[in-house]
Amino acid sequence: MAESERQYNHPRDDHNPRPRLRERQREAIACALFITPAVIGFLIFTLVPLGISGYLSFTNFNLANTPALVGLANYREMFTDDLWWKSVQVTLVYALSVVPLWIITSLALALIMNQNLPAIRLYRTVFYLPAVLSGVAISMLWVWLLNYQTGLVNQLLKMIGIKGPNWLGDYNWALRSIIIMSVWSVGWYLPIWLSGLQAIPTELFEAVTVDGGNWWTRLRHVTLPLLSPVILYNLVVNIIWATQLFTEPLMMTNGGPRFATQTYMLYTYRNAFQYNKMGLASAMAWVLFVAVLALTFLAFKSSSMWVYYEGERKRG
Amino acid sequence: MTGTTTPARSAKPHQRSRKTHRRLTAAFTYLFLTAAGVLFMFPLYWQVATSLKTVQQTLTYPPVWIPSPPQWGNYLELLDRFPMFQYIGNSTFISLAVITGTLLSCSMAAYGFARLRMPGRDLIFVVLLATLMLPGMVTLIPQFVMFQRLHWTNTFYPLIVPAFFGSALYIFMLRQFFMTIPVELEDAARMDGAGYFRIYAQIVMPLAKPALITVAILSFVATWNDFFGPLIYLSDNEKYTVAVALRYLQGSVRTRPENHLLMAAATISIIPPLVIFFIAQREFMQGVVVSGVKG
Repeated sequence: MAESERQYNHPRDDHNPRPRLRERQREAIACALFITPAVIGFLIFTLVPLGISGYLSFTNFNLANTPALVGLANYREMFTDDLWWKSVQVTLVYALSVVPLWIITSLALALIMNQNLPAIRLYRTVFYLPAVLSGVAISMLWVWLLNYQTGLVNQLLKMIGIKGPNWLGDYNWALRSIIIMSVWSVGWYLPIWLSGLQAIPTELFEAVTVDGGNWWTRLRHVTLPLLSPVILYNLVVNIIWATQLFTEPLMMTNGGPRFATQTYMLYTYRNAFQYNKMGLASAMAWVLFVAVLALTFLAFKSSSMWVYYEGERKRG
Repeated sequence: MTGTTTPARSAKPHQRSRKTHRRLTAAFTYLFLTAAGVLFMFPLYWQVATSLKTVQQTLTYPPVWIPSPPQWGNYLELLDRFPMFQYIGNSTFISLAVITGTLLSCSMAAYGFARLRMPGRDLIFVVLLATLMLPGMVTLIPQFVMFQRLHWTNTFYPLIVPAFFGSALYIFMLRQFFMTIPVELEDAARMDGAGYFRIYAQIVMPLAKPALITVAILSFVATWNDFFGPLIYLSDNEKYTVAVALRYLQGSVRTRPENHLLMAAATISIIPPLVIFFIAQREFMQGVVVSGVKG
């Protein structure tokens, strides 16, 4: 307090600690100091590990040995491994089913909820709630709900005379069960859609209505085009996110039955931390990394074909 | 509907049918949303209900919808057999440490990126942001080896220390917020001779309270729910966080019909994130909208 008063009473130039440095240089130094922790963190926890794991992917590292270069052996092992291909398939099926399901269901819910009705916000809380819960707790709950004999789902089915499948124990049903369960956390999208919907100028809807358009015309020609940047962003982020599926298959099925739910992440984790094949796991991680990069690149490259950006209106 | 109106009020029928139409839409909306909401909430109800049943009640058909009398003793049995308070303590400690580190490092970086000019600053920011797209697995193995060499495995350090070195997502969120603070306040402070750190600590930080709260909440829930980190780094039972403890419980009691105890444990584990969610719902969803990334 005393110091600030002192500074306040003195002319500014008198106590400039470094009169030699110009203001711009001082600012640049301050900026560097402020961002230093984050930059160090980026180097230590991201950039250097990224490089090292690239290097390890060409070695026979197993945590105990000194890594020795083995050329492309890990990549060869990976591409000739049936379980690796299976994990790719499982992950693709999961991502390509769950992401459209998430986006369509949540968008439909958001469109229904985007009305000026009393207490409508209450529903947002209800639908959002499962997204706050941990994957472990959710997995545990669903293992119980989907229990073949005593689970609630099969008991309800029994009441209407249907014999439910052995959800998590059946080769064909296990992955579907995890997909169905994942839809439960769909409410996570709602705030994003709702804020996007509220940003659409109402005049646009009115214009369509005056021209005799119904709700489908409004959706098709106003809502969806204006939301398309958000849709693109969500599509990319969530496909990436879905390829990291790990907790649920580990907790619910342990990758089984017969590897039906062994996702890419789960298989990589096992190679790394259960079989100590760190070199192979690094190669797997790098393949995923490159795939994600390619996907992101493709999505944004293709976006000009179907994404409508506000700024383009002037050009058109 | 229009038949009952008198000719004198000929303007009304149209209005009235629109009003009826609106009411019908509202009724259907509520009906649909309520049905969907019940469907969404029922699994959670079932979790709590199961946790209050006797073993026998969890196995019967038709299912016992409402446990009566509720077996509160299940929770005591769980606390008696497993050190749940220890797990909760561990999770709480780690979460608080991570929040502290995140708020400090991310707000500083965000202030630098939002307000202070330096050659190459924006390039660094974009590179930092790009790490959001990085699958965690690709940096995990070297990180693990590094922490192992430091003899930090089976300690909380690998879970806490990185938080003190920034996180791209939260830096991005805070930067967005800092840019909305009027720069005139800082200019005035600089006129009075305040240095950059003083401006950051005494002007920007107090004004950024809502954004800081959002970051604190998101990082709390993310840390509390984190499974992968504790799974890899913690091996002693007494160091487990709640998330890994749940997995341990599921493994250890799987062969016995103790779903009521598992559901009790799951219920305890979700209480802290739920309480925070109910208290700070607005900040929570705001954060999701800004970041577009699930915690």
